Amino acid sequence: MTTAVSSELSAELRGFRRVQRLAYECAEAVAARLEPGVTEREAARMQRDWLRERGVRDWFHLPFAWFGDRTAFVNFRLPLQFFPTDRKLEPGMPFILDMAPVFAGCTADIGYSGSLGVNPVQDRLMADLEAHRELILREVRERRPLREIYQDVDRLMVRQGYANRHRAYPFGVIAHKVDRVKARRFSPHLFGFGTQSLKGLAADALHGHREGWSPLWSPYRFSDHPPRPGLWAVEPHLGFRGTGAKFEEILVVTDSRDPEESAFWLDDDLPHVRRWAEAK
Amino acid sequence: MTLKGARERRVHTGGVELCVAELGDPQQPTVVLVHGYPDSKEVWSEVAARLADRFHVVLYDVRGHGRSTAPRPLRGGFTLTKLTDDFMAVVDAVSPDRPVHLVGHDWGSVQSWEFVTVGRTEGRIASFTSMSGPSLDHFGHWINARVKRPTPRRLGQLLGQGAKSWYVYLLHTPALPELAWRGPLGKRWPKILERAEKVPAGDYPTASLPSDAAHGAWLYRDNVRARLRRPRPDAFAHAPVQLITPLGDAFLSERLYDDLDEWVPRLTRHTLPAKHWIPRTRPHQVASWIEEFVTSVEGGRPEPKATGRHADRFGGQLVLVTGAGSGIGRATAFAFAEAGARVVAVDRDAEAAVRTAELSRLIGAPEAWAETADVSDEQAMEKLAERVHSAYGVLDVLVNNAGIGLSGSFFSTTTDDWRKVLDVNLWGVIHGCRLFGARMAERGQGGHIVNIASAAAYQPSRALPAYSTSKAAVLMLSECLRAELAGEDIGVTAICPGLVNTNITATARFTGVDEAEERRRQQRSARLYGLRNYPPEKVADAVLDAVTRDRAVVPVTPEARGAHLLSRFMPGALRRLARLNPKL
Repeated sequence: MTTAVSSELSAELRGFRRVQRLAYECAEAVAARLEPGVTEREAARMQRDWLRERGVRDWFHLPFAWFGDRTAFVNFRLPLQFFPTDRKLEPGMPFILDMAPVFAGCTADIGYSGSLGVNPVQDRLMADLEAHRELILREVRERRPLREIYQDVDRLMVRQGYANRHRAYPFGVIAHKVDRVKARRFSPHLFGFGTQSLKGLAADALHGHREGWSPLWSPYRFSDHPPRPGLWAVEPHLGFRGTGAKFEEILVVTDSRDPEESAFWLDDDLPHVRRWAEAK
Repeated sequence: MTLKGARERRVHTGGVELCVAELGDPQQPTVVLVHGYPDSKEVWSEVAARLADRFHVVLYDVRGHGRSTAPRPLRGGFTLTKLTDDFMAVVDAVSPDRPVHLVGHDWGSVQSWEFVTVGRTEGRIASFTSMSGPSLDHFGHWINARVKRPTPRRLGQLLGQGAKSWYVYLLHTPALPELAWRGPLGKRWPKILERAEKVPAGDYPTASLPSDAAHGAWLYRDNVRARLRRPRPDAFAHAPVQLITPLGDAFLSERLYDDLDEWVPRLTRHTLPAKHWIPRTRPHQVASWIEEFVTSVEGGRPEPKATGRHADRFGGQLVLVTGAGSGIGRATAFAFAEAGARVVAVDRDAEAAVRTAELSRLIGAPEAWAETADVSDEQAMEKLAERVHSAYGVLDVLVNNAGIGLSGSFFSTTTDDWRKVLDVNLWGVIHGCRLFGARMAERGQGGHIVNIASAAAYQPSRALPAYSTSKAAVLMLSECLRAELAGEDIGVTAICPGLVNTNITATARFTGVDEAEERRRQQRSARLYGLRNYPPEKVADAVLDAVTRDRAVVPVTPEARGAHLLSRFMPGALRRLARLNPKL
């Protein structure tokens, strides 16, 4: 796995990487403070407070927290079920923290999976996510249509014995575009999503609709196009019998002809990547 | 009759002499087996033999039974207090320094509940496994609760158990029971057991039966009325308890144990489809649950890994699934693993089978193995059966799941196509039933065979002639085998899933078209099945439910159930549907 060396990163990408790192730091800090009895609402609030203290004022979406079998979206039928509940954390329970802060105009969208104490099933799921990170990068570099890549990820999951849980997200997306967001003094959110970011997404969707692409990377026909340059927040989400695991981070897609330059992960120094490196 | 290789001693206590037998190494943890009514310690011979290589096994004849002497006078000589004295005397003699693991069946369990809930035995009992014998105190509270608040359901439970207890009323009549047991009943008892309870004939019951049964009537007369009228309010267990409930028990309702968690913290529950005398009819299962429980208690009793829905039924059982590398087979293997079964995952694709076995261990299977075999290959299946039987044991549940899809008109289906689909879908099932079912029947301790047929087995279609034929054969084979194996307590189930989102569509063969068209149709049907999106996990749940309830034919998806209904009541409609040629 290769990433453009940091010195080559443009100032803009450095901004995105800074906020992504900030978000992962937040996830690690909050994860370290989780203990039996903490509810999803409290965990979401902890993420929000931590980031607000460090200057975050706007969100792509407000922080989510899922505990226990909610990490695998068991019996999710309505989008409202994604919002934090009063489910309490218990020893051995898996959890996922998902947040998307906007900082200095740059958006991050990250997902952090962990468990309170040991959870061998989730450990296994996390280890098996490595293959997905490699597969996605490789096929994006090959400029395969996003819909086909989605199906290949699906097939890999089935072969691994898991269920595709990003299917439960709105439009079943495995990824969506993120972009710069203008800082406004008033930045309300709608159903947990920042209005500024939604505006950007809607504008992209409109453009894309005219030009034959979509800012949502889904299994549907509107994603039947080669990767579109820009920043994609990629979030493969595995589920296995009531346990879920995901990572989410930004994939940079450019219009460069050099395969290595054409697509790369914004940052390779992230908790899940470090974990895989340590395991080797 | 004596137990093979047993060392015997006599223990004197409270005016009687008890006959105590020991097997196995006295350095190992001691397991004390207490027999019921009308039995003697020999009821345990099969279980004891299986436990003896791991444990120090102790059996004794309860006072008045077998070769122990009876108290004089009999009346008042069988109170639970005196039985507790006997137990303490035996335990002090055989294991003076270490607490013992107690196992009771029938009245042995009733008195063991007393041992494990009275203060003076505290520290002398490490664990207790109860079979078919409730605590009289808990029973008394159970009745009171239902009399005080007689909801229709509770009243039904009360009357149900009241009817099952008919023999208890008879045993309270004076002299009659003694006359019957010493006369005709005693003579006919072995035959009655064999016929009504399916207890295998042999060296059980022993010659002492008439006097055992006559003396044992005092167990009831001395205790039942007194305890049921005034149950102790403090009958809490002071040792870990495992409860094994035979679901076909003619004398005890399984509802009796509904409130047991109030009296026992962290109760371990097991159920099995069998009648009352499980130490005789299911010695293998009983011994392995005792061994598992004793070992876990000795090891500090870690939290159980398996928490699945049917963990009480499948814990520790050996389950083999063919085609376990993907789809319904894999989901079924996982569901059994979650219920704590030991899983053998068989698939053509070695890597996929290994994956299934690995994940099975992760979610609760105490052991799981991967085996590579093509079910259509007779020799490979024979080798597989040999390996499985010698390395893992005789199966408790067999799931014949492996199958392939084939679509296309009858005239474009070549003989090779026919051969291939019949070889896997039908012959695979035949080999599985033949090789594994035979050993199941030979063991004589029950089991279950699940064959995955299809809704196509009763829904004709011009698009699937060969596939439907193979599945219809599987359905009929299952029905016939079910009839044949009913006498052996082996259930056979045919599961008819319907449209389920698995990769059977992606690997199916489409006849009469070129390769590109075949690939297109595969993708197209995979997409359709994906849109239907019925998960294989739900089929797996249906498999486990079907085994626990011993169902014969189980259609799973709503369309499969609908077609099943139509096939019975409006077959003409199905025939008209069959003429449609689905556009792919």
